[in-house]
Amino acid sequence: MLPTPDTSHVSFDTIYEPSEDSYLFLDTLSSASESKWLSERFPKNQEASPLVVEVGTGSGVVLAFTAAQSQQIFGRRDILTLGTDVNRNACIATRKTATTAIQAEQQPSPQSVHISSLTADLCAPLRPGSVDVLLFNPPYVPTEDLPRLPSAAENDPAVSEAMSRSAKFDNDSYFLSLTYAGGADGMETTDRLLDAIPGVLSVRGVAYVLLCKQNRPDTVMERIRGWGGWQVETAGSSGMQAGWEKLVIVRIWREDCS
Amino acid sequence: MKVITANFVTCAVKECKTSPASFPLHFNDAELEQQELDFQPEFIRNILPRIDWEALRTISNELGFPSLPESKPEEEALNNEQTLKDLHRLLLETHVTEGKLTCGNCGHSYMIKEGIANFLLPSHLV
Repeated sequence: MLPTPDTSHVSFDTIYEPSEDSYLFLDTLSSASESKWLSERFPKNQEASPLVVEVGTGSGVVLAFTAAQSQQIFGRRDILTLGTDVNRNACIATRKTATTAIQAEQQPSPQSVHISSLTADLCAPLRPGSVDVLLFNPPYVPTEDLPRLPSAAENDPAVSEAMSRSAKFDNDSYFLSLTYAGGADGMETTDRLLDAIPGVLSVRGVAYVLLCKQNRPDTVMERIRGWGGWQVETAGSSGMQAGWEKLVIVRIWREDCS
Repeated sequence: MKVITANFVTCAVKECKTSPASFPLHFNDAELEQQELDFQPEFIRNILPRIDWEALRTISNELGFPSLPESKPEEEALNNEQTLKDLHRLLLETHVTEGKLTCGNCGHSYMIKEGIANFLLPSHLV
């Protein structure tokens, strides 16, 4: 088994701690079927370096794994990674998780390069048509309300440092709720991400999105097929039971990339 | 945030996406830091097809780097080690640690603090 990136430096006060869903992502991306698919999609020496973007990186464990195990996953090491998260702390954590994992796993060079972690809502700042591989482990738990997005000011480290103990507790709970609370059917955030996929993916682009049973994966897949020109499939053997949750990762890609 | 990031980002305001003025975002008051990284000529060659050369020339100027050639290195020029080393230094070794990225269309500035750019929008722009 390929090693899981070290996240011992991460404080899980406001950041999602790697769990079954995260590990399912690692296992799926490095599975024989997915690595074969990705290596054929991005053939070494023929295609330019792929840009791999994870949205909502949390601790960064999935993106760091992808960067560090790029040889196993893509059959090449020259990949670029970029992460986004609404929580600035998660961005700082991801940067460290990714650079540490690359250092640990890719000696000597060549190496993958983590280019940045950005505080952002989903793909909002990404240039249209620029993402080759998009990874998303969403807040997928059905909840009555969807937490609002944080403002730029709420991510100011000076503000949280000056908080009282109870204010910090409320603030931490709020940021943690963003990591799991998905609103109606657990799909409110995932729906927004799915809407952004055709715009943000490159012509050879592919997205991996995790869904739980309550998200109704079959309905979601049917909807994507209805976009026209897009394919969707269950990735690897990810439809299996992961702990107490039934989780699946779907691969979404443009039909014709030639 | 490595300089190459600027090649992949644009203004987070939806209405700006279709405006050519929203790319590249412009660096202001940028503080730079060099972090050494093994030079991988092949990697630079594989990254170059992804790079918007005009935008990179603009960015390079704004950050005070020596002028880049007018057109993207191709064929023979890709074997010029000095050219590749210069690009490696600019794209992958140079980090922007503090400063702003400003949209040329709407004028909104995104702050960069400790190397993390903040693209969350104030409520009036969402």
